[in-house]
Amino acid sequence: MVAHRRRNWKQAISRFLLLDLIKGMIVTFKWQAPSKCYTVQYPKVRPRIGERFRGAPRLNRDPETGESLCIACNLCAVACPENLITVTEEVREYLDEASGKVKKKRFLADYLYDTSRCMFCGYCQDVCPTYAIELTQEFELAIYRRKDFAWTWEMLENGIDQPVYTR
Amino acid sequence: MYQRDLGATEKGSPGIREMVLNMGPQHPATHGVLRIILKLDGETVVDLDCDIGYLHRGVEKICENRPYTHIEPYFDRLDYVAGVSNNLAYIEAVEKLAGIEVPPRAQYIRVILTELQRIASHLLWLGTHAMDIGAVTIFLYAFREREEVLNIFENYFGARLTTNALRIGGLFYDTYPGFEEQVRAFCRIFPERLNEYETILNENRIWLGRTVGVGVLTAEEAKDLSVTGPVLRGSGVKWDIRKAFPYEVYDELDWEVPVGENGDTYDRYLVRMEEMRQSRHIILQALDRLPQGPILGKVPKMIRPPAGEVYHSIESPKGELGVYLVSNGTSFPERLRIRPPSQINLQALRKMAIGHMVADVIALIGSIDIVLGEVDR
Repeated sequence: MVAHRRRNWKQAISRFLLLDLIKGMIVTFKWQAPSKCYTVQYPKVRPRIGERFRGAPRLNRDPETGESLCIACNLCAVACPENLITVTEEVREYLDEASGKVKKKRFLADYLYDTSRCMFCGYCQDVCPTYAIELTQEFELAIYRRKDFAWTWEMLENGIDQPVYTR
Repeated sequence: MYQRDLGATEKGSPGIREMVLNMGPQHPATHGVLRIILKLDGETVVDLDCDIGYLHRGVEKICENRPYTHIEPYFDRLDYVAGVSNNLAYIEAVEKLAGIEVPPRAQYIRVILTELQRIASHLLWLGTHAMDIGAVTIFLYAFREREEVLNIFENYFGARLTTNALRIGGLFYDTYPGFEEQVRAFCRIFPERLNEYETILNENRIWLGRTVGVGVLTAEEAKDLSVTGPVLRGSGVKWDIRKAFPYEVYDELDWEVPVGENGDTYDRYLVRMEEMRQSRHIILQALDRLPQGPILGKVPKMIRPPAGEVYHSIESPKGELGVYLVSNGTSFPERLRIRPPSQINLQALRKMAIGHMVADVIALIGSIDIVLGEVDR
């Protein structure tokens, strides 16, 4: 299976004529052309991120009504291996337009997501029945203050303000 | 660091001073936080001791306090350059314990993904190992190809290293549109690139001088030290878990186990290069036979395996990765023990390094291919 080592006169000549080094150098120079540059100039050029990428969390809103899709079912908090999601619920009365009656329903009161402990496993978005919590393609999560790691409801819906540095 | 004067009492070495030197934990060539206590006579290694545990996170204990479904992300962080292989070891152990059947499509995709992961892991090894020895060009080329694999992973699971790829009973995601084309495109360019690496390295006199005859481990010694993986196969022992205890669909596929002859660093290099070719061969076969169907088997909502114990091992890129799982009938494991390949392979370092130079120790650490996340757990 594995190539046998050649110890013969051919190798001796190739070593004397530096052929082993020259062959390697040819490969190296072959990849020197600027068209074969693979580096992405990151801050100037944004990399293309996969569609399924698990990055910064986001709490989605209903695009029509603007209300949060979260129904405060607490499944994401249960599914999280690190227990970093805190869902606070409240029971409110609301007017059901179909029947015209006042009903009681569970609403989301507060949502806290501690990104400092998050390992982006994606279990929360996998378990969510209403596609409310979602891990987005956003990957720049560095912040200056430690307390800002805890993302509040507002931060989860609107994203965080990342400073944009220019020359 | 301290110096000890052996004095003139030892026969034949009057006044020779042995020096104890700490190599690490912050040493760029140790691939992490490994501290090696070297006893040196001049530049020759007389004795060597590895001090591990700088990256200990207590994964085994963490896993005892998590339900079975939550443990998988922690396995990504053991051997963090081969996440899918680690996932597979744990997931298969749970499936074996709970008796869960996996549909064939999921099995084939798992094989494709773990073999891609093996290529990525070996490419990272090749780059860093060659860079330790002094060939920096290879590092750039190997990472370029590894990037292709990581792009496939990013599109597939949404993460590049900590993949969290599999799920008990099958897979999280089905293939994305264009998956097969992307894998095939990678397989098309890959042999050519491997030949390029070998053109640069195989006959290079500096590479030969640094690797041939360095750290010879005979087959008997390798067996005695219970090393596995390419380190064992480099010594000429034909032992691969994929052949010995076939898991998934490896017994249906046609491939060979590459073995070395002399058990030195150069042979271990050749074995890994050949393994990458075989992995590519396996991927192409699995892609050809990829069946249609579901990707998730019948899995109960709460996974409560019956009380009992199971040991399951797979061939990870580093060697035999085993998971020993004890269940007490609840949804939490009673005990979870990991057999990390690189920790046990690391024990062979002392045998290999004694009598060689300090610079060869760097080459040997790279040749064993350790990842400290797995060594320390």
